[in-house]
Amino acid sequence: MAARQARSTTSAKANPVARMRPGKSAPAIDRDELLAAYSKMLLIRRFEEKAGQLYGMGLVGGFCHLYIGQEAVVTGMQLALEPGDQVITSYRDHGHMIACDMDPKGVMAELTGRSGGYSHGKGGSMHMFSKEKGFYGGHGIVGAQVSLGTGLAFANHYRGNDRVCLTYFGEGASSQGQVFESFNLAALMKLPVIFIIENNRYGMGTNIERASASHDLSQNGAPWHIPGMQVDGMDVLAVKQAGEQAVAHCRAGKGPFLLEMKTYRYRGHSMSDPAKYRTREEVQKMRTEHDCIDLARKELEALGMTEEALKRIDDDIKKRIQDAADFAQASPEPDEAELWTDILVEA
Amino acid sequence: MSTEVLMPALSPTMTEGKLAKWLKKVGDSVKSGDVLAEIETDKATMEVEAVDEGELLKILVPEGTDNVAVNAPIAVLGTRGESVAASPAPKGEAKAEPKAAPEPKAAPKSGSKPAPAPSADKDWGPTSEITVREALRDAMAAEMRRDGDVFLMGEEVAQYQGAYKISQGLLDEFGEKRVIDTPITEHGFTGMAVGAAMSGLKPIVEFMTFNFAMQAIDQIINSAAKTLYMSGGQMGCPIVFRGPNGAAARVAAQHSQCYASWYAHCPGLKVVAPYSAADAKGLLRAAIRDPNPVIFLENEILYGHKFEVPTDDDFILPIGQAKIERAGEDVTIIAFSLMVDVALKAAELLDQQGISAEVINLRTIRPLDIETIVASVKKTSRVVSVEEGWPFAGIGAEIAMQITEHAFDWLDAPPTRVSGLDVPMPYAANLEKLALPQPNWVVDAVKKLF
Repeated sequence: MAARQARSTTSAKANPVARMRPGKSAPAIDRDELLAAYSKMLLIRRFEEKAGQLYGMGLVGGFCHLYIGQEAVVTGMQLALEPGDQVITSYRDHGHMIACDMDPKGVMAELTGRSGGYSHGKGGSMHMFSKEKGFYGGHGIVGAQVSLGTGLAFANHYRGNDRVCLTYFGEGASSQGQVFESFNLAALMKLPVIFIIENNRYGMGTNIERASASHDLSQNGAPWHIPGMQVDGMDVLAVKQAGEQAVAHCRAGKGPFLLEMKTYRYRGHSMSDPAKYRTREEVQKMRTEHDCIDLARKELEALGMTEEALKRIDDDIKKRIQDAADFAQASPEPDEAELWTDILVEA
Repeated sequence: MSTEVLMPALSPTMTEGKLAKWLKKVGDSVKSGDVLAEIETDKATMEVEAVDEGELLKILVPEGTDNVAVNAPIAVLGTRGESVAASPAPKGEAKAEPKAAPEPKAAPKSGSKPAPAPSADKDWGPTSEITVREALRDAMAAEMRRDGDVFLMGEEVAQYQGAYKISQGLLDEFGEKRVIDTPITEHGFTGMAVGAAMSGLKPIVEFMTFNFAMQAIDQIINSAAKTLYMSGGQMGCPIVFRGPNGAAARVAAQHSQCYASWYAHCPGLKVVAPYSAADAKGLLRAAIRDPNPVIFLENEILYGHKFEVPTDDDFILPIGQAKIERAGEDVTIIAFSLMVDVALKAAELLDQQGISAEVINLRTIRPLDIETIVASVKKTSRVVSVEEGWPFAGIGAEIAMQITEHAFDWLDAPPTRVSGLDVPMPYAANLEKLALPQPNWVVDAVKKLF
């Protein structure tokens, strides 16, 4: 166990109404928890690398948006949740599904469009769901999931339970009209929704400075008195700490909370992205100096984890991902009858 | 063990590209994520990143090579000292060719099948006269009493008692938890309602008029209608979107539009358009109980019209079954919503001229009750559809096509349509009247068939 500093970051501009600061007392690092987070982040990264590889082989079709670089965000937030809470996000969703403990086999098989996929091959990369795991998609229209997530929180409120809904969106979506409509509705009705802006700095090829006149997105909910916080999204424990604060706020019935995760995607927006809007040096600097997995690994080593133990974890994950890839290629294509199923629920 | 690096596909349509430049050379050690090479496609230059770790043992395709096929091996990675010869032989094209969509072998399992019981023909016993407005309110109240998951939301539905007084008294009975005033933000509150439905609640969303639902149409179609399919049947959306549709009176182009064909176009939605108070009550109850998203198109002018409605507490009508409002022998007139009134008036005028018209009230637009239509056309051999909306790609066009597909040999004349004029709705009283179907338009259309 080692003491740690409070890790969430806040911007310098103060907003007396809505700004929240992370707790002053820094919790000690729980090695088992950090190890679990490290393993989850690595699982997501290896999954995404494999997905990119299968895409390159023509086994994954259409659009494929990889989450590599951002793993700490979903992993840290998931550590703050309890069973029964909900998660919803956009189309860059593979990491969220794995964070929700969905089976990598079912996710990979959906990418390859096979019957063993979570949507039986009818949804693809952008449209997967698992009610059982509390994952509500996987939505392909930028910003639409923000209103939907507000609705999941509305349902919690209506049912009088204390569940919360994590509603993820990118900084690109943060300018969408329905996002602000959702802020207003959630604040008005005091809905237990945590709006999480994954600010990876680029909405496709447009950097945030060129897309939003608001440069502290954590304060985008300020007109509705939604407390907001900027978080180092490359630090899984900082994310968890911020997540716990936001979850406690929502569970206490105080309404929505906004977290801006400062993060970075290493890969292109989708597979067919030449990435000419940023330099290779910029990407390389993030990878070498701020990588969430490297950071967790170094901390684990400092806590006494041996290289052999970490290697065993790496090997286990590689095997799991290879199994998922094998399953995704062996699983048969959906039966042609599937074409006509699930259009309407038979009354 | 060595692995081959394959020429990657970098877009859904890429089949080949130019290997522009190698950024690693033989003997270099490579980590996952390192850029190995640059590839030029017709669209852009892109980087190939390593997935596996190892040493670059061999470059199989030199830089500057054009037309390198996707999935062709371009290099070999392995552990230091390993013989390249040990690498597996190049494989052939591994790319899975997408199969052409198979022809449907049978009728769709869903989407066009009328709902099962209750029957449209059941005798519900005694009736009393109420307005369409009261019928809609009674239907919502009955279903809200029956099921705690049903709630109503929309602009002015609670304290104001409804912009058109449809929700009169509901706030008093059910309280503000279940009768919810929203801000004027159709896009946001529709998405919120759809999200609530995805978690299993059964929202009724009132649009003050369907004109305003255009701001929310992405959530209705992309989220409500498609998610069941995209989730492989996991996530349904039991929700009703209701409100007045079509022209009212003198409210001009932005407030006078029929959305029947817009929504009826989409698989995953049911579209209901009641005419009478009995339709309104029986079909709205069915819509609320339906596990699918239902578009419920009302008509402002009909709200104050009175009709006989069964007093039986259990009264309900099936979605997907049309009603023969008036039996006839010589021509079939097919209409929905307020145009049923126009069709019935036209039938009276035709009767005076010795032509016996059968009037079908569709009640449901999707799934369309083609059986009832075809049975009638086989009897009359002539058909005219009447709708308030625009003609192009309208409901009349669909009806004519389906009759052509199912009953062509029984026709004595081409299927004909009467529709609103193909113009934005004008404001001036005289022009507005000229733009909307009148009974004499229907009479004229019928007489041309003889």
